Amino acid sequence: METKTDVESVIIKFAGDSGDGMQLAGSLFTSTTANIGNQLATFPDFPSEIRAPHGTVAGVSGFQIHFGTSGVYSPGDEPDVLIAMNPAALKANWTHLKPACTIIVDVDSFSPKAIAKAGFEGNPLEDDSLADYKVIEAPITSLTKSSIADLGLDNKSVVRCKNMFALGMVFWLYNEPLEQTINFFNKKFSSKPLIAEANITVMKTGHNFAETIEALPSSTTIAPAKKAPGTYRNMTGNQATAWGLLAAAKKANRDLFLGTYPITPATDILHELTKHKWSGVKIFQAEDEIAGICSAIGASFAGDLAVTTTSGPGMALKTEAIGLAIMTELPLVIVNVQRGGPSTGLPTKTEQSDLNQALFGRNGDSPLVVLSASTPSSCFEMAIEASRIAVEHMTPVILLTESYIANGSEPWKVKLIDELEEIHPNTADDLESWSPYSRDEKTLARKWVIPGTPGFEHRIGGLEKEDVTGNVSYLPENHANMIQLRDDKVAKVVDDIPLQRVKGEKANRLLVVGWGGQFGILFGAVSGLQKEGKDIAFTHFNYLHPLPKNTREVFSNHDRIVVCELNNGQFADHLQSQFPEFKFERYNKIQGLPFKIKELQKKFNELLEEK
Amino acid sequence: MEDAVTLKPKEYASTQEVKWCPGCGDYAVLKAVQMALSQLNIPKEKVTFVSGIGCSSRFPYYMGSYGFHSIHGRAPGIATGVKIANPDLSVWIASGDGDSLAIGGNHFIHAIRRNIDINLLLFNNQIYGLTKGQYSPTSELGKVTKSSPHGTVEEPFSPGELSIGSRSRFFARVVDTDVKMMIEVMKEAEQHRGFSVIEILQNCLIFNDKTHAEVTNKETKADNQLLLEHGKPMLFGADNNKGLRLNGLDLEVVTLGENGISEEDILVHDAENPNPSLQFMLSNLKSPLALGVIRKVKDTTYDQALHDQREEEKQKSKFKSLDDLYLSGNTFTVN
Repeated sequence: METKTDVESVIIKFAGDSGDGMQLAGSLFTSTTANIGNQLATFPDFPSEIRAPHGTVAGVSGFQIHFGTSGVYSPGDEPDVLIAMNPAALKANWTHLKPACTIIVDVDSFSPKAIAKAGFEGNPLEDDSLADYKVIEAPITSLTKSSIADLGLDNKSVVRCKNMFALGMVFWLYNEPLEQTINFFNKKFSSKPLIAEANITVMKTGHNFAETIEALPSSTTIAPAKKAPGTYRNMTGNQATAWGLLAAAKKANRDLFLGTYPITPATDILHELTKHKWSGVKIFQAEDEIAGICSAIGASFAGDLAVTTTSGPGMALKTEAIGLAIMTELPLVIVNVQRGGPSTGLPTKTEQSDLNQALFGRNGDSPLVVLSASTPSSCFEMAIEASRIAVEHMTPVILLTESYIANGSEPWKVKLIDELEEIHPNTADDLESWSPYSRDEKTLARKWVIPGTPGFEHRIGGLEKEDVTGNVSYLPENHANMIQLRDDKVAKVVDDIPLQRVKGEKANRLLVVGWGGQFGILFGAVSGLQKEGKDIAFTHFNYLHPLPKNTREVFSNHDRIVVCELNNGQFADHLQSQFPEFKFERYNKIQGLPFKIKELQKKFNELLEEK
Repeated sequence: MEDAVTLKPKEYASTQEVKWCPGCGDYAVLKAVQMALSQLNIPKEKVTFVSGIGCSSRFPYYMGSYGFHSIHGRAPGIATGVKIANPDLSVWIASGDGDSLAIGGNHFIHAIRRNIDINLLLFNNQIYGLTKGQYSPTSELGKVTKSSPHGTVEEPFSPGELSIGSRSRFFARVVDTDVKMMIEVMKEAEQHRGFSVIEILQNCLIFNDKTHAEVTNKETKADNQLLLEHGKPMLFGADNNKGLRLNGLDLEVVTLGENGISEEDILVHDAENPNPSLQFMLSNLKSPLALGVIRKVKDTTYDQALHDQREEEKQKSKFKSLDDLYLSGNTFTVN
């Protein structure tokens, strides 16, 4: 077999009807690719309806994977190989086709009716609209049917296997082994061996078909990436968040409590944690978002590392309770997996538009700590970081992740528990010196007391607290003092977080600023331009409030600063208000989609060239 | 240490000055709670009072135990977290009719449904006191208040009906004028494992005075109160000669000695019957008003079930540590 090994990285996209099993095909391919040791990043993109109307563009579900030996910082822009299981899947990607890319279509699905439903005027396979692409017309449905006709399965079960045909073809294209997927099916359907056999057979049929037809480009081997030694596994951001929370509880020597209500795209954190009751995690699926966070506040009061998980609309409902956590100065981790807003917005699409809500969305002067994660695997460390700051500084912490990295995946270098730093909750131990609101000199954090401890009985609540005693107080001077103390306490977290780093030379024509889950794409875009010798630098924020100590310094010495974010300029506003001496230009994208390297580079080049 | 000296009731009090209006029914409830805890000999560090917003929700500040004055309607959420995190605590909620049945209605019904081991004191004065006199979800139809000068046009909730409809395992009703009854019912609620609702007919001297007078007045109470006791016939009245019997699907008040009625015709209270039909009717009875423990049924508690499930998973799981988890499944090693 002819093989090529000179390809650095490849982008593949599986696209089909939302019931076509594209997410499964994509994740099985990811799993094998991860095991080979490639760098990889994935991006699932699906409609919010469970089964959107069949054959329509609105109902197309996609799974993109970018994998390679090096240079993989994000799921990438347009695919090199697009698998379109029906005309709608082709139509949905119509405007995002890379020149000369390979398009594999299930030709059986291109009936006149399906073509019309997808919104094509004529059959795109028959006119010359795809002339510039390498189109492989594979009879996926019919070959799927004939390959397992003798198994005696009903038609529905048969057709359900066709995603495996596509997967088999892609495995051949990139010379990847089938064993792992075969094992997966044998295990998953151990009680239904016929279903396992059908899936495996169809995958092998697709594999053989790809090998047989000459129209396909030759099989390519993507060499494993050069990585730091260690054990790796593929992880989505939501899984990493869940595992990070488990680790944090262990390091803080507290039980983990999750009080939550299901909401897209945060629910997978609940799904993941609930699998691990063996670890002692206490899970409460509440009657609503409010009860979710309130139960977490109660659990925090009672001494657990307490967490609530949600997305924008749920955050809105939790607002009053977050204020209570601020007033009672209890540790609390609030994970907001952002999606498109406002209101119900775009539940399954990605956006970074809940920053203002996190920073300001409460009544009264109500500061708290806001963090964000930058990649799927960084959700692990930032979940630990949010927990650490919460219990050491006695404050609620909001961790902003986003759909793009929550559902996306990349290899994570396994961190064993002993490799992680200890967390030291600010627990009360000395009754003599203790009062409910007496504070640590350095952090200004009050002490955490566990109900059940004799001698420390006390009452807290949402009414203004008297300094030190924590008794209810309406005194004007006390209120002013407490407002300042709560603000200072959060500000002092700055002494306990890393300095902001910059990729690039010190003085530059252009500094690119990012935050949150767009790190990989921004990094890739800037790296590319730096390689071309462009005078550009990059700094990416994971600590949003308070900002790292050296932030002002980072912004100095650049001709221009551009803040890139998936909203209408919220982080730029945040920076502008704190650093009025700099001019923060904006590059905003608000389409429910991540940035593309190409569009970023185009913008950066314009900014670099403008006088 | 186990045989520590029993705390006196006043030792359950905090040092804070109690700021309810003079003559408010809440004082009697506070006293009853402190006496009940003292009689049960529960160390005060083991007690946590959680409340929402409203006059009665100031309750935790006046207790020397652990306490949490939270936000409007959300006490069941907070208390649920406390109990799950620390099941050894005796967890109580102090809440009013607005707090539990209006803004917190959703939490109220779900806490009952789950049967988590918490006691809820429902201070029902049928009015909003803290906001100075608006009608509440338990105000009677037509009630004239500051926010209903022409009378309300909405039917009230019956807390008993709502509780039992939400699958309550323990529902009791007491009056704030009878401290002895409150103490006994509170003790019973605390010893019952599960979510216990105690509706307290409480008088708001300022905004809704005498709303429960028919039931609490010395002159009228004998004929208007039915004091329920498990296993005892449902007899009441100044001469204890009135009783309840079942007539078809309705409760009927009858008099002993009239129309050949004897004590054998009178219903015997069965609070422990899992079938709530009769208890439901009792909770809705207007005259006489049923007091005491109306329903008390043993069942699995949420906190226990959650705990047992974790223990079972601990035994069953192939993972013994987080490292096991992190290294499980598909991993690959780079040397």
